[in-house]
Amino acid sequence: MATAHGGTSAGTSQTKRPRRAHGPATPSRTPAAAHDLDLLRRMLLIRRFEERCVELYSAATIRGFVHLYIGEEAVAVGVHQALDEADAVVSTYREHGHALARGIPPEAVMAEMYGRTTGCSHGRGGSMHLFDADRRFYGGNAIVGGGLPLAAGLALADRLRGEPRVTCCFFGDGAFAEGEFHETANLAALWGLPVLFVCENNLYAMGTALAREHAQTDLAMRAASYGMAAWAVDGMDVHAVEKATRGAVESVRAGNGPHFLEMRTYRFRAHSMYDPDRYRPKGEIEEWKRHDPVTGLADGMRAAGLLDAAALEDLEHQVAEEIDHAVRAAERAPEEPAEDLLLHVTGRHEEARA
Amino acid sequence: MSTRTRPRAHPDDDTTTYREALREGLREALASDDRVFLMGEDVGRYGGCFGVSLGLLEEFGPDRVRDTPLSESAFVGAGIGAALAGMRPVVEIMTVNFSLLALDQILNNAATLRHMSGGQLGVPLVIRMTTGAGRQLAAQHSHSLEGWYAHIPGLRVLAPATIDDARHVLSAALDDPDPVLLFEHGSLYNAAGTLDPAVQQVDLDRAAVRREGTDVTVVAYGGCVSKALEAAEELAGEGISAEVVDLRTLRPLDDATFVGSVRRTHRAVVVDEGWRSGSLSAEIESRICEQAFFELDAPVERVCSAEVPIPYARRLEEAALPQPAGIAAAARRVVS
Repeated sequence: MATAHGGTSAGTSQTKRPRRAHGPATPSRTPAAAHDLDLLRRMLLIRRFEERCVELYSAATIRGFVHLYIGEEAVAVGVHQALDEADAVVSTYREHGHALARGIPPEAVMAEMYGRTTGCSHGRGGSMHLFDADRRFYGGNAIVGGGLPLAAGLALADRLRGEPRVTCCFFGDGAFAEGEFHETANLAALWGLPVLFVCENNLYAMGTALAREHAQTDLAMRAASYGMAAWAVDGMDVHAVEKATRGAVESVRAGNGPHFLEMRTYRFRAHSMYDPDRYRPKGEIEEWKRHDPVTGLADGMRAAGLLDAAALEDLEHQVAEEIDHAVRAAERAPEEPAEDLLLHVTGRHEEARA
Repeated sequence: MSTRTRPRAHPDDDTTTYREALREGLREALASDDRVFLMGEDVGRYGGCFGVSLGLLEEFGPDRVRDTPLSESAFVGAGIGAALAGMRPVVEIMTVNFSLLALDQILNNAATLRHMSGGQLGVPLVIRMTTGAGRQLAAQHSHSLEGWYAHIPGLRVLAPATIDDARHVLSAALDDPDPVLLFEHGSLYNAAGTLDPAVQQVDLDRAAVRREGTDVTVVAYGGCVSKALEAAEELAGEGISAEVVDLRTLRPLDDATFVGSVRRTHRAVVVDEGWRSGSLSAEIESRICEQAFFELDAPVERVCSAEVPIPYARRLEEAALPQPAGIAAAARRVVS
C-alpha cells in the first residue's frame, strides 16, 4: 500500500503483506501473466546470482566487501520496469540487483567479482563499483550518499539540453542521515531537476536500526518537506513497486521536478559477508522472510493459476544455466595484466596509449 | 578570440588585471561551447565572490551562470554528474578551505570514477577556487591546501601565477578529459599587467621559466612566484643570478623543467605557501635529490609557511608566510 506525502505529516502505514496476482486465473499467455513471469524471472536471477556469490565468497574465489541484496529484489526489478534505456541510474555498494535489473549481463557482473578483464569495470571496481556507461549505469558508489549529487548533475545536464530523461538514484536509509541527501534534495527541488530518489529503507544502516539513527523515522514525510512528492511503498511487493515507480517517473518526466519513493524493504542477509549479524532478533528476520518478494510473487501466481511446479522448475533451470554460464565465463576470462595497472587513471594515459 | 576585441576595464593604459583575465577566459569558454556552464556560490547576481564572473549572468543567463546554495558537496557533485553526462561544467568554490566540504566528491568521485569504471567514465570538470593568505582573513579563509590535492591521482592541479596564464588557463583546462582544479591566489586578483598578444594558449604540461639565471634555481608557484621574482631582483643587486621556475601545474609535476634548471645552477630553493611537513615542497626537493643529487653544490633549501593556522594580525600573518626577504636569505645560504 502506498502512502503519499504532500508535504504534511500524515501517518504512514506499516509495511503490508505483499499484494498479489492481477490478471485472470487461467490463461497463462495473457500479457499480465507473461509480465508476472518476467518479473519472477528477473527477481530469481538476482536471488540465485547472489546465492552463488555466497558460495564463491565462502570458497575464497571472490573477495572484498560483498553486500547482498537478498530480500530486496522487488525494488530493483519493480523500479526498472518504469525506466527507459535512455534514463540514468545511480547506485550504491549494494548494487548487484540494480546492475542485473538494468540489463548488465550476469557474465560481466560475475567477471567483475572475479576481477577479470571482461568485468564490467575491468577488474578495477569489484562488487561495490559496477559501471556500464552504455547502459547509463553510473555505479556502484561505496561512500554512503556519495552518488546523490551525481544524480542531480546527470539530471541537470538533461535539463540544460532539454532531454526528457529521468535519473533514478538508489540509496539507503543510512544515506538519509548524510548531508548529501539533504543538500541534493534541496538542490534538485530548488532547480526542479528530473530525479527520482529511491530510498531503500531496509531498516538498518549497517548494524544500526532506523530508530537508533533517525530522530524522525518517517522518511517520506521528511523528503516531502523539501517540496517534492513523496510516497512510502511496500518494497516487498514487486507490483506495488512497479506501480508507484511508473507514476512517479511519469510525473518526473512531465516536468514536475524530483520525486521520492521510500521503499520499505528488508535484507535477509547480513550487511556484508563480514558481518556476524548480531544486532537483529532472529524472529524479526523470520517474520520478514514470510514476506519474501520472490516466493510471494510465485505463490500469488500459483494461486491465480499462472504458474505450476513444472513452469517454476523450468524457470529455475533457465536461471541456473545463465549463472553457470556467467561463472564459467568468468573463470575462463583473462586477468588484467599488471602492466595495465596505471591505465584508466587519466584520459591522457589512455590517449597516449591509443 | 582576441582579447583586444573586448572592452577593457582600463581602456587608457591597456592593462588587464588577473581578475579580468580570468573573466575573459570564462566569457570565451561560455561563448564558444554550449556545453560549458558556470556554477557556484554567488557567481551570478553577486558577480562572483571575488568579482571574477561580474557581468556574465547578464550576458549568458541564469541557466549557464548558475547561483547555487551553500552546498559545496552537492554542487560539486552535481558538476561531476553533469560532466559524466557530457557537459563541461566550471564550478567555483569560494576558497580551498570550503572545498573540504566537497572533498569526498572531488576525491572519491571526480578523481576516481575513471579508474573504478575501467576507463568508461571520464569527468571533464573544472573546479576553480581561491587559495592562500595575505589579506588578513584569518585561518578559515587563508590556507594553501593545493598540495593536498596534488597528492591525488586522477586530478590535474593548476596554479596560474601570471595574467597571461589566467587569461588562457581555462580553455586548456576545459580541453582536459579529466577533472582540473584551478587555484587562484587571492592576492593576485588585483595584479595588473599587459597581456602578451603572442600568447594564445598555455601548455599545461610545462612549468615556465619566469626569469633566467645561473647561480640558483628558485622553484615557486601561484602567489609566491612574484615574491620569488622580487627576491631574484634583490639578489641580482648583490651579483647573484637566480633563475625562477613557475611550476604552473602542481600535478602532474614537470620534473624536466625544474630538475633541468637545477642541473645548470647546481643549487635550489623551493618556495611553497603550504606548510612544510608533508608538503609539495618536500616532493619537489625529493625529486631534485632523486634525479640530480650529484649535481647539487649545496643542500636544497625550503621556504614554506610557518606551521601554524594562518593568524589574523598583519604582523603575524606576514611572519607566517614566505616573503621575498626569506627567499633571498635562503638563496644566499645555498650559494655561499
